[in-house]
Amino acid sequence: MSGPAVELRNVSKRFGAGARLVLDRVSFRVEPGETLVLLGSSGAGKTTALRCINRLVEPDEGEVEVEGREIRSWDPIRLRRRTGYVIQDVGLLPHLSVAENVELVPKLEGWSPERRSERMRELLAFVGLEPSRFARKKPRELSGGERQRVGVARALAVDPPLLLMDEPFGALDAVNRRRMQDEFVGMKQKLRKTIVIVTHDVPEAMKLGDRIGVMHGGRLLQIGSSVEILAQPADDFVADLLRLESAPT
Amino acid sequence: METLRFFLERRADIATQTAEHVFLVAVSVGIAVAIGVPLGILLTRRPSLATPVIGFANVTQTIPSLALFGFLIPIPLIGGIGNTTAIVALVLYALLPLLRNTYAGIQSVEPSVVEAGRGMGMTDLERLRLIEIPLSLPTILAGVRIATVNAIGLATIAAAVGAGGLGNSILRGLSMVDSRLILAGAVPAAALALVADGLLGRFERWLAWDR
Repeated sequence: MSGPAVELRNVSKRFGAGARLVLDRVSFRVEPGETLVLLGSSGAGKTTALRCINRLVEPDEGEVEVEGREIRSWDPIRLRRRTGYVIQDVGLLPHLSVAENVELVPKLEGWSPERRSERMRELLAFVGLEPSRFARKKPRELSGGERQRVGVARALAVDPPLLLMDEPFGALDAVNRRRMQDEFVGMKQKLRKTIVIVTHDVPEAMKLGDRIGVMHGGRLLQIGSSVEILAQPADDFVADLLRLESAPT
Repeated sequence: METLRFFLERRADIATQTAEHVFLVAVSVGIAVAIGVPLGILLTRRPSLATPVIGFANVTQTIPSLALFGFLIPIPLIGGIGNTTAIVALVLYALLPLLRNTYAGIQSVEPSVVEAGRGMGMTDLERLRLIEIPLSLPTILAGVRIATVNAIGLATIAAAVGAGGLGNSILRGLSMVDSRLILAGAVPAAALALVADGLLGRFERWLAWDR
């Protein structure tokens, strides 16, 4: 595939007339196979930017392209089924088992039961959950970390080329978060997918991102590799953010 | 002892009236479910309608039941003397718990779960079928249970507009000042309410996904 996997051009969004801009002319590209991290404190607009990519949010101005196609020409349902989406609260369906949760999208896509079940086992093993032990459990029987793993497995179910993750490890305690991050770096190398991650955690951004986009007040202040951003912060805000947040963890 | 013998003597009547009673309640709760559940779901999609519609259902609850039966008699098609009037009134009463519980049940589904469903590319209908309805089913069923138990009690008054059911024994007992006759209607009606409550309660617990 040539060209960027995702591109935002001058995207602006406000929720309600007269409200402040949640996104203010945000532009960035994500290359195929790359992991971009959107970093910023809460209210920076990073989640809104992410949600523009799977049309959970419609921009007021600007263009969004996925795989070179303007987003409005995508059927939102098709687009979302080709896009893995992981959120902080995970949002596993509490009345379904782990297996049923992971098999949900394949089922909607009309996969045969054998194929679904094979895929489910493969994915649970991939995210480090023994299928025979976990498949029949209900979400409430899982720990926070296990739930998050199931969330990742579910997002990967139909092998989407694009993965969007909103504070994926935000609900975990520090120890589990580090462990999931380390594992995720390994997963990412095996998956070779285009990934966009939203986080407020600077070390997490450094660890996971090929490039980092720093956002504040709806604007994208700087985008580049962690080395570039650390060496040459675009302005005082970026410098402060890195200094304040990266020191102690 | 004497009352018991009286009941035994009248067992054929009691059985017929109980059957009529069950019929009245089943038909009216059935119709109320068919209207109230879809309407409750619709209200979650059009929240601006929720206040007026639930308000209307609330108001019908405040009308004294005997008066409501009376009001309905002169209305053509749905009114008159007999089962139809009774069923219309019972449906109106059953509507509120069903509407309210359906609406509240769906509103209380964890937003992150609905959001995840949207993010996964579920259509509105798939979300309703796979997430919102299954998760709110225990609450909806609690509404059915309240509506049913209420209807069993209210249906005894339906005899006043010429409908069948256990109310006929009570009504006749009242006019003849015969307490045994009143009991021949009241005791089976109370038993019916208890049985319905127990069965539906058990079904509700069986359906609960978080048990």
